[in-house]
Amino acid sequence: MPRLLADVKACQGYGNCITGAPDAYDIDDDGKVVLLTEEISDADRPRVEEAARSCPANALSIED
Amino acid sequence: MTDPRTVVVVGASVAGVRTAQSLRTEGFGGRIVLVGDEPDLPYDKPPLSKQFLTGCWSVERIALLTAEAAAAAEIELRLGVAAQRLDVADRQVVLIDGSTIDYDAAVLATGAAARPAPWSPTSGVHVLRSMADARALRDDLEVDRPVVIIGGGFIGAEVAATAHALGREVTVVDPLSAPIGRVVGREVGELFVDLHTRHGVTTKFGVGVESVEGEAGDLTVQLTDGSQLAAGTVVVGIGAVPNDGWLAGSGLLVDDGVVCDEHCRAVDAADVYAVGDVLRWFHPGHGEHVRVEHWTNAVESAAVVAHNIAHPEELRSHCPVEYVWSDQYDWKIQIVGRPVGATRHTLVGDLTSAHPRGAAVYADDSGDLRGAVAVNWPKALLVCRRAVGAGASFDDVVAQLDRLSAAGAAPA
Repeated sequence: MPRLLADVKACQGYGNCITGAPDAYDIDDDGKVVLLTEEISDADRPRVEEAARSCPANALSIED
Repeated sequence: MTDPRTVVVVGASVAGVRTAQSLRTEGFGGRIVLVGDEPDLPYDKPPLSKQFLTGCWSVERIALLTAEAAAAAEIELRLGVAAQRLDVADRQVVLIDGSTIDYDAAVLATGAAARPAPWSPTSGVHVLRSMADARALRDDLEVDRPVVIIGGGFIGAEVAATAHALGREVTVVDPLSAPIGRVVGREVGELFVDLHTRHGVTTKFGVGVESVEGEAGDLTVQLTDGSQLAAGTVVVGIGAVPNDGWLAGSGLLVDDGVVCDEHCRAVDAADVYAVGDVLRWFHPGHGEHVRVEHWTNAVESAAVVAHNIAHPEELRSHCPVEYVWSDQYDWKIQIVGRPVGATRHTLVGDLTSAHPRGAAVYADDSGDLRGAVAVNWPKALLVCRRAVGAGASFDDVVAQLDRLSAAGAAPA
């Protein structure tokens, strides 16, 4: 199953990922990304991939 | 499954690149050609006024699409050649080198250009929109002479902060007394003025520019109040204009951007779409045509258009909540919704302490939430962004932020 990866150091708390995939991403009180799940289904992949790609800081990726 | 169609994306900045990538994510199996007028590989623009301008970030760091990534996604790159015109009847993009590309769907992603400076001394006056602009400005900022920035909007304020960080003496001039007030309202706009002065940058707000004369290293900016400023470098940030001139003879409806329906399809040309800064579309939530020059709108419209091309049987509307950010000095600013239309606001937190963190929440007369501005508080912005999207009430959101603040999210 596709795995979610997040570069917490690169994250700037822009929050675009949460608009696209609120079931996969959140941010904590310090404004840093939190992964709500480690793996996603193939069916969810296009939507979550769009959300990852909407990160202005390039902090998110998906690994097969 | 392969698709017999060819999609030609004209414009290789973030809206165009993301459209091409999202087409693959959406399962589009046809041919994708990405046309760009600049010779460089696609790059991201927000760092041009910040990390790229200081020299901290390299070209590689701001890449949007590498040659390898393009090849892997089977995106054909046609860089360094601008589109000259669009032939809607024959479904062709005509490039300035005389070549043509046939399309089944065309995506117009040519963005916007910096509004040109009305003053043109021989040298030393810059705008900032492209990587070439940023490189030229960076070279001039290395000279230790005062910098005058004309225009106190987002670009002007960001360049002011960057030039100040590079050790330059900086003055920002704008005819409005609180320039960012155009976006956040006058009262909160005043806090943005204080932000400059607190960091040692001089503001000349409420004053116009009469002329700029001289040459790089020795410029004189004449102001409408009779005073003069000496400058080594002048930066002009007075807005942007959509790059839609090349479409003048296309027959498309162009009116400060390509006029589109709620699905981002050009009116009267269902196989032509627009994305990003050049898109003027019918926003179903606002009930009017709007054009938005935000990075996030470029990416969100790209995803909608990619979906609509890949899945024409289930068209999506583009109905985003406006969202923009700006980094100025020690403020990470995030703005959601349409604060400027509000009649009242409440500030939660503190924006003037040594560790500023807070959010202004805006409402109209009926108590409906209009938008919010957060400073150094992404969690609060997230709460507000969700609330604007869900149509929550102002009182409700202020109560949520108060709880968030009390729970220790804000510094003691």
